[in-house]
Amino acid sequence: MIRQAIAIFTKDLMSELRTRYAINALLMFVVVTLAVIMFSLVGESLSPGALTGMLWVVMFFAAMSGLSRSFVAEEERGTTMTLQLLASPMSVYLGKLLFNLLLVVALNIFIVLLFLLVMDQFTVAQPDLFWTVMLLGSVGIAAATAIIAAIIAKANTKGTLFPVLSFPVLLPLLMAGIAATKVAVEEPVWDNALPELQMLASYIVVVVTVSFLLFDFVWKD
Amino acid sequence: MHVAAEAVSKKFNRRQVFADVSFEVAPGEVFGITGRNGSGKSTLLRIIGGLLTPSGGRMRYRHGDADVEAEKLYPHIGYAAPYLVLYEEFNAAENLALYARIRGVGLTAGEIDGLLQRVGLPTDRRDPIRSFSSGMKQRMKLLFAIFHRPPLLLLDEPISNLDSEGMAVVYDLVAEQRKRGSVIIATNDAEDIQQCDRTFRVEGRA
Repeated sequence: MIRQAIAIFTKDLMSELRTRYAINALLMFVVVTLAVIMFSLVGESLSPGALTGMLWVVMFFAAMSGLSRSFVAEEERGTTMTLQLLASPMSVYLGKLLFNLLLVVALNIFIVLLFLLVMDQFTVAQPDLFWTVMLLGSVGIAAATAIIAAIIAKANTKGTLFPVLSFPVLLPLLMAGIAATKVAVEEPVWDNALPELQMLASYIVVVVTVSFLLFDFVWKD
Repeated sequence: MHVAAEAVSKKFNRRQVFADVSFEVAPGEVFGITGRNGSGKSTLLRIIGGLLTPSGGRMRYRHGDADVEAEKLYPHIGYAAPYLVLYEEFNAAENLALYARIRGVGLTAGEIDGLLQRVGLPTDRRDPIRSFSSGMKQRMKLLFAIFHRPPLLLLDEPISNLDSEGMAVVYDLVAEQRKRGSVIIATNDAEDIQQCDRTFRVEGRA
């Protein structure tokens, strides 16, 4: 299963580097959004809490603009059946999850670095906690969007369905992520973010487990 | 591989495609599925390949001494069909290498070239599959179906888009497959039917 998953992950990566469907959409979205935020906030003073919320808004909508590609591209190209003939459903899910994970982690690192660069009011009190929250948040976003992308891939209105279904599923992650990021930005004490970190870790475990159980039904027929 | 369909039926929503289909295919047999357009030949082939779940009845598979579940059939089958789409952004050799990696089959560059030559495809690695003609794509799909030497080969309209040389390649592959397993061909073509030991006619319910 692991060998098949890595082969599918490599295929997706090679395909993405050649076609650049998701990368271009994601980068354009991030650059345009941050530019709009930067221009609209000239001379304004925002609290660290408001800036934290803004960072997560950018991360959420950036994920919505490109992360469904992994499954939608297979469906649009007509290669879903090819993949069904080649590999077990579990391997396909794991391969796609790994690809989504790479994409989200790289994307969120890019967003955070750009955000820190253009928002000079945004400073981080605890960088290690901050990056831990970003990593857990990225894994949670990747896990949730992978299974949602698989569910919506066969629908006619994919573009609308993806954010509509993703928002309620991602809400617990967003709430815990924003609260933990606020602690990392404002307070010098790790312990204050422990409940949120536990929530993020539990969210990942639940979503990945449920996805493994559900994927077989989503993938076939 | 021994394949048995037991009172298999398929419905899409309320539309009954076919009902009460039963047959058996023995190892070494070439079995034809015929029927008018829309009767459900391709649907039946997808059910045999484990890609669709029957609405009623069941499929049974036996490879050697062991029963194989429909959900775990994918390592044991090869499938080629006009509606199958390969990864068109990659060239032929890259496609084969990818399939081999996923299936865990070790293929050297020389073996890949040998397979491409076997079906009359160029061995140079410049052109992605999207630039291939429909006949070349069909040859590539045949390679996709046979490169891992599966015990069950499923072919849907295997000579579509092929010239006489391509048709000869298909029948060579079918003859070779007969020695190591079973072949099921969904077709209405007289030449395809000539290759079959037996045929079964699907009576669809429009």
